[in-house]
Amino acid sequence: MSVLLELAGLTRRYAGLVAVDSVDLAVAPGTIHAIIGPNGAGKTTLFNLISGLVTPSEGQISFLGHSITAAPTFRRAALGMGRTFQNIRIFGGMTVLENVLTGLAPSFKGGIGAVVAGLPALRRAERAAIARALDVLDLVGLRAQSDAPAASLPYGDQRRLEIARALASSPRLVLLDEPAAGMNPAETAALALLVRKIRGSGTTVLLVEHDMSFVMDLSDRVTVLNFGRRIFEGSPAEVRREPRVIEAYLGPKVAARLAVVAQ
Amino acid sequence: MPPWLDDFFWTYQNLVYALGVNGLLALSIYVVLAVGQLSLGQAAFMGLGAYSSAIMTLKFKLPFLLVLPASCIVPVAFALLIGGPTLRLSGVYLAIATIGLGEVLRAVYLNIDWFGGALGLSGIPERAGIGSIYGLLAAALAVLWIIGRSHIGRAMEAMRTDETAAEVMGINVPRYRLGALLASAVLAGLAGALSAHVSSFIGPNEYGFEPAVTILSFALLGGIGTPIAPVLGAWILTLLPELLRGLADFRLVFNGVIIVIAVLFLPNGILPFRLRRHGRP
Repeated sequence: MSVLLELAGLTRRYAGLVAVDSVDLAVAPGTIHAIIGPNGAGKTTLFNLISGLVTPSEGQISFLGHSITAAPTFRRAALGMGRTFQNIRIFGGMTVLENVLTGLAPSFKGGIGAVVAGLPALRRAERAAIARALDVLDLVGLRAQSDAPAASLPYGDQRRLEIARALASSPRLVLLDEPAAGMNPAETAALALLVRKIRGSGTTVLLVEHDMSFVMDLSDRVTVLNFGRRIFEGSPAEVRREPRVIEAYLGPKVAARLAVVAQ
Repeated sequence: MPPWLDDFFWTYQNLVYALGVNGLLALSIYVVLAVGQLSLGQAAFMGLGAYSSAIMTLKFKLPFLLVLPASCIVPVAFALLIGGPTLRLSGVYLAIATIGLGEVLRAVYLNIDWFGGALGLSGIPERAGIGSIYGLLAAALAVLWIIGRSHIGRAMEAMRTDETAAEVMGINVPRYRLGALLASAVLAGLAGALSAHVSSFIGPNEYGFEPAVTILSFALLGGIGTPIAPVLGAWILTLLPELLRGLADFRLVFNGVIIVIAVLFLPNGILPFRLRRHGRP
């Protein structure tokens, strides 16, 4: 399969505003694909469309070859799509381990009857889930804190916990919404390592990020949005040279002056 | 039974029954609050259970062993009926819609002779007792306790904390909401049937707004961290009026003050502990 996630003409209109304007996007499996753009470019709305929290006004989304345009959010998760949020949304009252186990919800098939009967299959599923959750906590470096209340973790650890929760069910695609926001340079460097490990484990990464050096170092492919439209897509090196991208960030006047200086 | 216990039971029989029935009602509100839904239809479901079971006993002469499980059918049917349209509501809107159900049903009981009108239904034989009431309460507690520690308990707490995040985790939020509402209807329906068959009389005004709020206060006082917490809240609020007999008319004021204090200073209830929500590794 050459395309894991494909958006075709995806549009979301709000009263008087087109937040996402006929965006086409193809995310190749095994890549780190970044979406960048100035504030208000529609990046988070695009993420919400992909994960099903916002319904598109027009256009199609397909994932793993299936159309998921009308699929509810929980089904997209069960198909193999994880995500994190720009503002951290961990389950604060739960322990670290329970948070990650919640990310494994689709791996449990039994209902109330199976739980009350204490079916062996369900017990095995619970044991396997705990083993998997501890592995993921190892990956993000939080295993030692697995029994701590999630709300007691420092900010950077909460971000990593959210990533662990999104990775728990070994999704095919994970959406990271500004994972480096609020991190210091050391934490950002560790995060870059983690994102590479995620790609190495076979999970494709689609990320929104404002930290340009982070994006440019890490990404295989970069899509640039401005005012809801895709204005450019290419490798990080191509994005750096592209006048339309510079113009989107710095405005036409500065961009023109920079072009003169460059010549 | 030793004579002193016999005396005690004779004197406090109704209180002992009320403690068990209110325990079931506390679990009925617990299951909806545990998924983050402020649904206040418990008194209405209780009324449906009470009326449908009393009619099955009085008019169709059915045995109690059949009446008791069947008393869940009508509340569950109503829960399914209102489930579709109301579960898209949240917070205070859902609360108002479900209180509305109670008020509509009250008007129906009042105005239809078959339901006894304002006089209610009387002469219901005493078929329930300590065994059936506390047996069901213990069973319900055990089931909810086991569920609370499973992946279902995790999903419920996740929904209560952050519904969007829960859905992104792959939790079928609408299904859990409906499931909680149905479980709530079953528990309240059973409580209604049991109370009807120990009190010999039921009336249309017993299942309106005031009991709906009283049931909510069980969980507010006790908390919802574990299933036992709201039951303890129910027991305290059921016993208090008896212990405070000396205060006469000020009893309700005292009750209210206790709830206000609990909400202000004990936001997680008097039993704030939570269940560990996973099995052994």
